[in-house]
Amino acid sequence: MNSVALFLEYSAVGIASGGIYALIALGIVVIFKSSRTFNFAMGEMMMLSAYFFYTAAVTFSMGIFFGVVAALIGSVAVSLLIERFALRPMMGRPFIAIVMVTFGIGSIIRGVVGMIWGPNDLQIPAILSRSPVLLGSIFIPGKTARAFAIAVVIVISLIAFLRYSRAGIALRAAAADQITAYSMGIDVRRVIAFSWVIAAVTGCISGILMANVNTLTPHLGLVALNVLSVVILGGMNSIGGVLVAGFIIGWLESVTGWILGTEFREITPYILALLVLLVRPTGLFGTKEIERI
Amino acid sequence: MLLVDDIQLAFGGLKALSGVSVHAQAGKITSVIGPNGAGKTSLFNVISGFYKPQHGRVTLDGRDISGLKPSQRAYCGMSRTFQNIALFHGMSVLDNIKLGAHTKLKSGVLSAGFRLLQTRKEEAELSHEIQRDIIGLLELDRVQHHPVEDLAYGLQKRVELARALVMKPKILLLDEPVAGMNREEKQEMSRFVVDVRNNWNTTVLLIEHDMSMVMGISDHIVVLSFGKPIASGTPNEVRANPAVIAAYLGAGDDVAMAEATAA
Amino acid sequence: MLSQVETTTIPTPLRTNNRDWLWAVLLIAVLAALPLVAPRYWIYFAGLLGINIIVTHGLNIMTGYTGLLSLGHAAFVGVGAYTVALAQIHLGLPFYVTIPLAGVVAAVIGIAFGLPSLRIRGLYLVIATLAAQFILNFVFVHWQSVTNGDAGLTVQPATVFGYALNNETRTYYLILACVVFFTIFTLNVIRSRVGRAFIAVRERDLTAEVLGVQIVWYKLVAFALGSFYAGVAGGLMAYFNQFVNPEQFGLLLSVFFLSAVIVGGMGSTLGAILGAVFMTLLPEVLREGALTIGGTFGFDIASILVPLRETIFGLLMVAFLILEPRGLAQLWKRARQKFSPVRGSE
Repeated sequence: MNSVALFLEYSAVGIASGGIYALIALGIVVIFKSSRTFNFAMGEMMMLSAYFFYTAAVTFSMGIFFGVVAALIGSVAVSLLIERFALRPMMGRPFIAIVMVTFGIGSIIRGVVGMIWGPNDLQIPAILSRSPVLLGSIFIPGKTARAFAIAVVIVISLIAFLRYSRAGIALRAAAADQITAYSMGIDVRRVIAFSWVIAAVTGCISGILMANVNTLTPHLGLVALNVLSVVILGGMNSIGGVLVAGFIIGWLESVTGWILGTEFREITPYILALLVLLVRPTGLFGTKEIERI
Repeated sequence: MLLVDDIQLAFGGLKALSGVSVHAQAGKITSVIGPNGAGKTSLFNVISGFYKPQHGRVTLDGRDISGLKPSQRAYCGMSRTFQNIALFHGMSVLDNIKLGAHTKLKSGVLSAGFRLLQTRKEEAELSHEIQRDIIGLLELDRVQHHPVEDLAYGLQKRVELARALVMKPKILLLDEPVAGMNREEKQEMSRFVVDVRNNWNTTVLLIEHDMSMVMGISDHIVVLSFGKPIASGTPNEVRANPAVIAAYLGAGDDVAMAEATAA
Repeated sequence: MLSQVETTTIPTPLRTNNRDWLWAVLLIAVLAALPLVAPRYWIYFAGLLGINIIVTHGLNIMTGYTGLLSLGHAAFVGVGAYTVALAQIHLGLPFYVTIPLAGVVAAVIGIAFGLPSLRIRGLYLVIATLAAQFILNFVFVHWQSVTNGDAGLTVQPATVFGYALNNETRTYYLILACVVFFTIFTLNVIRSRVGRAFIAVRERDLTAEVLGVQIVWYKLVAFALGSFYAGVAGGLMAYFNQFVNPEQFGLLLSVFFLSAVIVGGMGSTLGAILGAVFMTLLPEVLREGALTIGGTFGFDIASILVPLRETIFGLLMVAFLILEPRGLAQLWKRARQKFSPVRGSE
């Protein structure tokens, strides 16, 4: 196979894995929009959901469908607890304090999962078929392709939901201006809680998909830190831009992994982040705000 | 002393200032007044270097400082207070005041960390100078060791003035120094501003909404309306100027108007 | 009016009056005499504690005083440790050269990561430090020819006038001297023009600018100091453990130092010491407790020690941020006021 074909194949695989990243990115952005909170615990929420699924589906042999349902319920519950008891008391506090809280929550979840389920890899029941997908002559592994399809369908439906549903409109209003939204009768607290529910859902699904493509370990969530880094640099304002960022990370990881060796995959997003900072310090799409003194 | 020459400032298509010139004469108190939204704060932000005007110059002591950053302007001898109190929480009154002397001190991190002679000397001198010149003048002796956030509003404003004064500025910019104060506090503050000018011969430029204060202490007044200068002169001249009365009436600012004519 | 970090800063007890100095001298004397009476394990532990205090001082200057969050401080500690190992192995340099060198190299590498994002406020620095954490750790693991990968490098003990610091007690004195030095240095910096500028940058950067504080410069200074301290501590760690490998400098260690700063009280030098002591002691106490319990009930507690730490670091971080953002330093202050009513109001 010549290198052009290889390049295309790695690109396709990369973009396919980017679907999950886009899903994670969506969860990050929704919370940011509702409350200006950068959720550094997104990855751990996602990883925890995958363990919920494992426990429900394997330990309690509830099967795949009920396993997913149980994982969703568990994830939403945990997410709401985090919002209510850790983030709400931090309202109005400096952003670095809030970042540290979410970072701390991430650490708690990693630790608790490690204590309950142990540090070793777990194999979750396969919900994705292994049979490869052929795009012309490009060969994409079956799990990756199917995870991509599921992720994209969910991302698109969530975006549509945010755009047209009442709850979604309230969210966007709160994102634009909390005080005005409040005066128009929008319950900002509920909007924030709602955004955590959405994040729990995206986290849960991406977690299960990710655990299917790779294996399940307490470190599964670290990937979300990569996504967060790139998303912040891409600018947190537009949901569309954020999704593109997800695909870009997937593509870059795959291509650099191919060119430089797989071990480079894990640091690619960070090198990208540093390069962006060097070249365009205000972020890719960021604008300089005029501040009142 | 400070010369603001033909400033034009626009945000996008919106003109905030056009053709504004102000001359703050040495040792005098010059005031810029005008109804809300007249562009007073924008003018101050141009003078301190936060906004870059599309046209016009700012010169201090004959030196063109238009291209300088805010921190460089401080080194040229410009200091200011803020409309919304901008003190540093988590620090005592005294440490807040010391920050005002940042440009006067030279210690770097090594000199400070090893507490070399230079640092000892300049810190001691600074403390001495603050006690001698500032604390007494502004009557802050009883609160100097308190955390600044524990102080009443009027006192916080005074600490801000103190902080602006320690560097012995050539030009002192006061952004609504009596905003939000009660009558007694206003009189106190007016007295302090006049004291500072009389004792140190500091040039003062202030913007203020409160007419009685402005009329009481200013040597020269410039009136802005919708970003344009409409009158200037002594308090008496400005008070008698029909354009000024019209501007305030047009802005519906009856209280300010009544105060202006009564003062 | 939001302050960048909620703290009270300047009046640390070490500074305010002579009696505190007396206590400090007494404390140092006790610490110096400690190896004469205490068991070896204690001394080992005290050494570890000292190293952690130095790193926490550095991170506190950055995060606590200046408001620059670093999520990758462990990596800078690692840079210091590898610098010492490599300078000794390849250049044969003695510790009084390698330790400062470790600080300088860590500061330079720290600045290389931080500089592009110091110009802008907000989260960019957080991302840059996170990038430093992962990229530097990657280098430690994968630059085999230099770092020897996961297997790591062996470090010979430091020698003072031909006297090898080849056991815990001897290294302990080196560490103790460094702790005293860095504590005093920090206190001096904080009560100077530079320290005031740090707090000004944290609280209101635009106002600071008007006062003539060059924001970017002071952020840079704080960042350089923070990573210098980390580098020196890393260097001490290399001599102390006589061994350097990538595993020592993972994300968990960064979380550890951040929790030490938070638990102690951001923007308090006393807090940094209290935080480091508390955070170092706690897992040990837990471990002893857990092993005892595990021994009693006959199941394997040792395997969950790492995640247990992770959980507790996180819990403390969150709890202190929500309930007592001024940390142990504040609790200490309150306790003092309570128990010495005479001195209650200065």
